[in-house]
Amino acid sequence: MRARNILGIIFANMYDDCLHELTALRTMASVPFGGRYRLIDFHLSNMVNCGIDKVGVVTKGNYRSLMDHLGNGRPWDLARKRDGLFLLPPFNADSSRSRSSRLEALIDLLPFIESADDEFVILTDCNVVCSFDYSGLIDFHKNTGADITVCCKRGIRPNLNDLMTFETDSDCRVTKIAVSPKLTEECLYSLNIVLLRKPFLERLIAEAKSLNYRSFTRDIMQSNVEKFKIYAYEPEGFIRTIDSLKSYYDISMELLKRENRKELFSADRPVFTKVRDDMPAIYGINCKAKNSLIADGCHIEGEVENCMLFRGARVGKNAVVKNSILMQGTIVSEGAHLNCVITDKNVTVTHGKNISGAESFPIYISKGIRV
Amino acid sequence: MPRKQECIAMLLAGGQGSRLGILTKNIAKPAVPYGGKYRIIDFPLSNCVNSGIYTVGVLTQYQPLELNDYIGNGQPWDLDRAEGGVHILPPYQQIKGSEWYKGTANAIYQNIHFIDRYSPDYVAILSGDHIYKMDYDKMLSYHKEKNADCTIACIEVPWEEASRFGLMFVDSEGRITDFEEKPKNPRSNKASMGVYIFTWSKLRQYLIDDEADPNSSNDFGKDVIPKMHRAGERMYAYEFDGYWKDVGTIDSLWEANLDLLNPQINIDLDDASWKIYSRNAAAPPHYISADSKVENSLVSAGCEIEGEIDYSVLFSNVTVEKGACVKYSIIMPGAVIKEGAVVQYSIVAENAVIESGAVVGEKPESMKDPSAWGVAVVGAGVTIGKGVTVPSKAMIDKDMKGGN
Repeated sequence: MRARNILGIIFANMYDDCLHELTALRTMASVPFGGRYRLIDFHLSNMVNCGIDKVGVVTKGNYRSLMDHLGNGRPWDLARKRDGLFLLPPFNADSSRSRSSRLEALIDLLPFIESADDEFVILTDCNVVCSFDYSGLIDFHKNTGADITVCCKRGIRPNLNDLMTFETDSDCRVTKIAVSPKLTEECLYSLNIVLLRKPFLERLIAEAKSLNYRSFTRDIMQSNVEKFKIYAYEPEGFIRTIDSLKSYYDISMELLKRENRKELFSADRPVFTKVRDDMPAIYGINCKAKNSLIADGCHIEGEVENCMLFRGARVGKNAVVKNSILMQGTIVSEGAHLNCVITDKNVTVTHGKNISGAESFPIYISKGIRV
Repeated sequence: MPRKQECIAMLLAGGQGSRLGILTKNIAKPAVPYGGKYRIIDFPLSNCVNSGIYTVGVLTQYQPLELNDYIGNGQPWDLDRAEGGVHILPPYQQIKGSEWYKGTANAIYQNIHFIDRYSPDYVAILSGDHIYKMDYDKMLSYHKEKNADCTIACIEVPWEEASRFGLMFVDSEGRITDFEEKPKNPRSNKASMGVYIFTWSKLRQYLIDDEADPNSSNDFGKDVIPKMHRAGERMYAYEFDGYWKDVGTIDSLWEANLDLLNPQINIDLDDASWKIYSRNAAAPPHYISADSKVENSLVSAGCEIEGEIDYSVLFSNVTVEKGACVKYSIIMPGAVIKEGAVVQYSIVAENAVIESGAVVGEKPESMKDPSAWGVAVVGAGVTIGKGVTVPSKAMIDKDMKGGN
């Protein structure tokens, strides 16, 4: 079903610290991913692909790159007179400080939520890479008569603070919630994508404000597991949670497998992003490119294997780049060798340099550095 | 009424481009794909905005659906504007009746009211079928500096090709002294690029007079320009020395695409100060598999490459399966080249499917009669069956069934 009566809220800064290298200068939402995207693109696209046309993006700080990326929301068809994209930066220093958790941010945003005329609200963070059809979630929520539906995934728990794991009954109703338990075996963990009725959310926020609650997971979810009907929904598709630089690297590399790309970039659910108008990638004479994802605007003269090249990356003659992620505008000069390296935007690796990390420990080179 | 503009552009995009055969069966020539992600019209449109011309009329007539859709509100070129912007101008019914655009000059004549709305001092008349990057603002400065009535952009072409073009004779001041239309024995190699700037008040009168002339074919090159010249108007040539290519034929379209792979040829699409804008496909980066071999080629977003690509231009979302081989070819969006198929010296149009083992096109060297060689073309959505051979110069617009 189409979901015009749903308000989307995306939290841009949550879990920034688990990827502190890449979020030093940006929000989690604007972390580059997948050769041409930012993490928020997946969530915005999930929303607009199922018909959500009002989305608020909540930020706390460090949001210049995010604003630059989102603009007026046109790439997602969210530049509208009615509804569309709402950027919700802090109103003042107090509000910036008070937005360190989801619940605190929601308290801060109550007037925005109240002003919307939608029936439901979907809340999501940006550290989950996923593309799935929200209509399944919406139908599930309606069919179960849930107060709160949380998307979740079965597997090894990502190493995040304040992450819920669930136990459910046979109808998927959540019977027990643990917050960041010490678990080594597979479990059902939260993707922090939550669907609930707007009036219900407003009531929860008002209550949280008056009782000085701070934590959505503990004070709202965990304490009310018996009182509220909380249901766990397991979406299908390529769904991965980023909890560290290592997992960022691994998840990126998973896209070199066709089945993963098919799931994440399905033709009926395109992932939209800001357009840069690069020319197609150029392959030079005698270049070698194997098992790699290459974005527009790349220029390959050397050797590239098992890599992800973002828009406008350059690999010079006799340069060899393996198992690496080169972000937008990275230049690998002639004769340089890179293995298991993540270069941030506009990094230059000069002539003949040799940089090598390990697959278990990729080396990160931060934005604009000249090696 | 809109505010006055110094210069607006009128882009002639109604032509069929019949020499492009099946490539323009369902689309107008300016909408023909070029260069891996562009369409021909992206070049004049991008030139306009990069030159500071933000009011552009696009005159359409032949098969306009896809072109209209592509231009849309003009947003990819920053032409969705409160003031000016892009306007699609098909012929329309008027009180004295209705008629198609009879010729290039008549097309502008029928839109005199559109142009008058902006009361421009100058009008640039552009054609929608050339690949080039040009600063019209510099040409306009030249036009003003010469106090010209008409300025025609020209480019020096090789002498042996000069007889294909409209040629100009120019004095030391740059003033045009004579014209020659496609002469057998050319005496000049300065060819008109089909880019004109007119002083609007002058052109307006000439268009009205030309329309009243029953013997006129209402064409700029054949009628209006010679009339202005005979009347002694100030006509100047503006010399351009960058890359310019008329992509009017299959062979020239093929060549113009492969020119992008030639480092000797100066059409830099990677120039951040003069970007060529286009409507982009929402596709992920392209994938090159471990078995593939890609060299000396342009590859666009969304492609999945497992075969061998050499000296070719691949548009978005093209699939080249294992063991397939694409050489010296242009593969347009969404085409699929299946396992073991060979595509060489060919243009494969949008969403065509080349089944496994099929062979499309021939090498010039392997022809018995090399002079009979030409680029093979597979039309949009056509399927070439298993093991089928498509000869050189063929144009296939219907499915070809293959053996098993």
